[in-house]
Order: sequence, then structure tokens, then C-alpha cells
Amino acid sequence: MNAGIIAVTSEGPGMESMVDSRFGRAAGFVVVDLATEQTSYVDNGGSQSMAQGAGIQAAENVARAGAGVVLSGFVGPKAFQALSAAGIQVVQNVENMTVGQAVDKYKRGELSTSDAPNAPAGGNKG
Amino acid sequence: MIYAIASGKGGTGKTTVTASLAAVWDGPLTAVDLDVEEPNLHLFLAPEITAEEPAFLEVPVLDAARCILCGECAAFCQYKALSLMGKTLLVFPEMCHGCGGCIALCQEGALSPGGRELGHILEGSAGAARFLMGRLRVGEAMSPPLMRQVKARLRRDAAGDVLIDSPPGVSCPAVNAVMDADVIVLVTEPTPFGLHDFRLAVEAFRPLGKPLGAVINRAGIGDGRVQDFCREAGVPVWAELPFSRAVAEAYSRGEVAARAVPEMRGMFLALMARMRGAAAASNPEEADHA
Repeated sequence: MNAGIIAVTSEGPGMESMVDSRFGRAAGFVVVDLATEQTSYVDNGGSQSMAQGAGIQAAENVARAGAGVVLSGFVGPKAFQALSAAGIQVVQNVENMTVGQAVDKYKRGELSTSDAPNAPAGGNKG
Repeated sequence: MIYAIASGKGGTGKTTVTASLAAVWDGPLTAVDLDVEEPNLHLFLAPEITAEEPAFLEVPVLDAARCILCGECAAFCQYKALSLMGKTLLVFPEMCHGCGGCIALCQEGALSPGGRELGHILEGSAGAARFLMGRLRVGEAMSPPLMRQVKARLRRDAAGDVLIDSPPGVSCPAVNAVMDADVIVLVTEPTPFGLHDFRLAVEAFRPLGKPLGAVINRAGIGDGRVQDFCREAGVPVWAELPFSRAVAEAYSRGEVAARAVPEMRGMFLALMARMRGAAAASNPEEADHA
């Protein structure tokens, strides 16, 4: 996993989109390569419609995108465990800002990684 | 014959009706509480429990030393009970629906069958009737697997009739409770709330193609819209049980209405006759389908 690639849960595809505070049921991820400033978007709609396991699926999507860091609002226990297993660092409680603002905060070192999930399992069902 | 006592709305009187039917039923009977998330039929029938056993769902147990991280099991699982993350195969047994596919797929023998406790199955007798119930483990999310195991015990010695006290609603547990029945009895109440959920129940259960009738409990309160709906939808009303303080008092003491309130006994005998009539009338039809 590349700590220079961060995935931000997002309501839309760009840096100006709002951060989606949900991890597992986020609309998608804006993936930012800090070295090259290149961004890409990973749709997470498939996880949104799952009856269960959205957090685990979303974690797999993030891993597949090659990200080493996740910025999100609330991450549940199974998603956290899955991200940790893949060596992906998790930054929680990021909300009410754009993806670009979140990335800037991260770059300035204003966001710290968590060592435990901050949401209950199945928190954003239905 | 298997009779499922169901409802859309909770609290309409399924258990009251089931317990009273069990009290007046003639012939061999098994009374089953399939409302495994919140069983309460035993509170009224006061059965003597003779056996209690835990029930398990088969879930995979990982031997990480044998796992070659091929990811086939994780790709197969529709419920995310397995996930290959980096160099780790994660197992989430609480997500597993027990299909056994991952264990069958694994060529390395890295996955073996283990058990997640679903709850308990209790057996006994209540008067002349056999009594059976499931009780879901607190924290267990899936009730249908436990319900299936309770129902499996029905088929093993299926003498006489069966009355199933079903869970409310129209989702998987409710459908699971009625799908093996020969006749569905829908208990409702003549209120806007009762009507709303009764319509859902008729919509959900009618496609099963089983004889279906209504019991209107607490008749006399609310309005006549449930009766109107039954007439329009062609759902026979098999009983109208009057709103009665005596029944409510008996209920509050954990007594069975058909035993505690004399005039109720005849009403439940009439309901039993209607249910049996519906079962008998549907038999030739079943033969046609076969």
C-alpha cells in the first residue's frame, strides 16, 4: 500500500465534491496521488445497495485502488479490520468539507490516523 | 395440516389466537412458536419443557497455515463473510448465511465447518399438545436459519395438526413462517394501522397460493375499513373477536382467552371449523397442481 495515495469518501467525483461521512455506504472515493496531484474516482455504488457487508466491500474497493490512507467520517468495526489487514491507515471524523479541503488538511498534517473504529456495525443500513 | 397464524402488524393478537386455538383444538396437535426473536406463546400455554438444545449455523473456520490466499472463497461469498485483504484472509462468521460454498470450494482444506450459535430449540408438552419453540440468541441477526431448524423437527414426526405462531411483518422471517403452511390465518385489528399492515400481509402472502382468511381482533373499535377491504379483496373473514375487557384482563394474567372467558370458547371452535374447512377445500386444488 502506498501512503502517498489517499482515498477520500466522497459524494461526487471531484475535489470540489463534499466528503461523504459514511465509509461503507459512501457514494464513491476520490483517489489522490499526492506526488503527482493526479486524481481519479472509484464508484462505490455497488456497496451502497448491499444488504450487508458494505464496509468490507468498500475496504476492498479502496485496496484495489492502491490507496494507503483513507479519509472518511465514520468507519465501522469490520471495515476498520479489513482496512487494517491490508495495511491501510484510517483517518476518521472528516466531514462537512470538500474533498479538496480534506486533502489539504491531511497534507498540512492536521489530520491524524485512528487505531480503532468510531462507528457501530451496520450503522448506515437502509 | 399446518396452520400459520400471522399478521402484518405486531400486537394484533397472533399469540392470543394461537393459544386459544390450541386450547380448543381437537385431535393431535403441535403448537409451535416461530416468532423466535420474541417468543411468548409459552407464557400462555405454560408448557412443560422436556428438552432444550442449542442450534448452530455452519460457518467457516480458517486454518491460516493452509490458506494459499487464492481468494476463491472470498470471491464466491455473496455476504462478505470472507474477504482477502492484502496477505490476510479475513473471516467474519457473523456475516455468514451458512451455504457451505466456501468450504466446498477450498482445495487446500483451509476452511472447515464450525458453528455459530443461532439460539435454542425447546420442546415439551402443553396439555395434550406437543410444544415447540425457537429462541434466537441475543445479538444474532438472522432468524430464518433457526426457524428452519425448528420446522425440521416438525417434519420428523408430523402426526396431527400444527399451529404456528408466526413473527409479525412481511419480510423474510414472516414469509419463512407461513411458506410451509397449508392455511394462513391473518390476525388484524379494525384500525388504520391494522388495515395498513393487513394489506401488506395480503399482498405478501397471497402469491404463495394458499387459502388465506382474516381474524379481526378487537372488533368494535376503530372503523369498518378492514371489513370493506376484505370484501373487495375477496379475503374471507373467519372470525370477528369482540373487543372485550374480560379478554384483556385474562391476557394480562397470562391466561388463555378461550379458557378464561366462556363466550370465547365457541368463537374459537367456530374459527377452527373455518380453518379446517379452508384446508379441506384446498386439497383437490393441490392435487390438480401436483
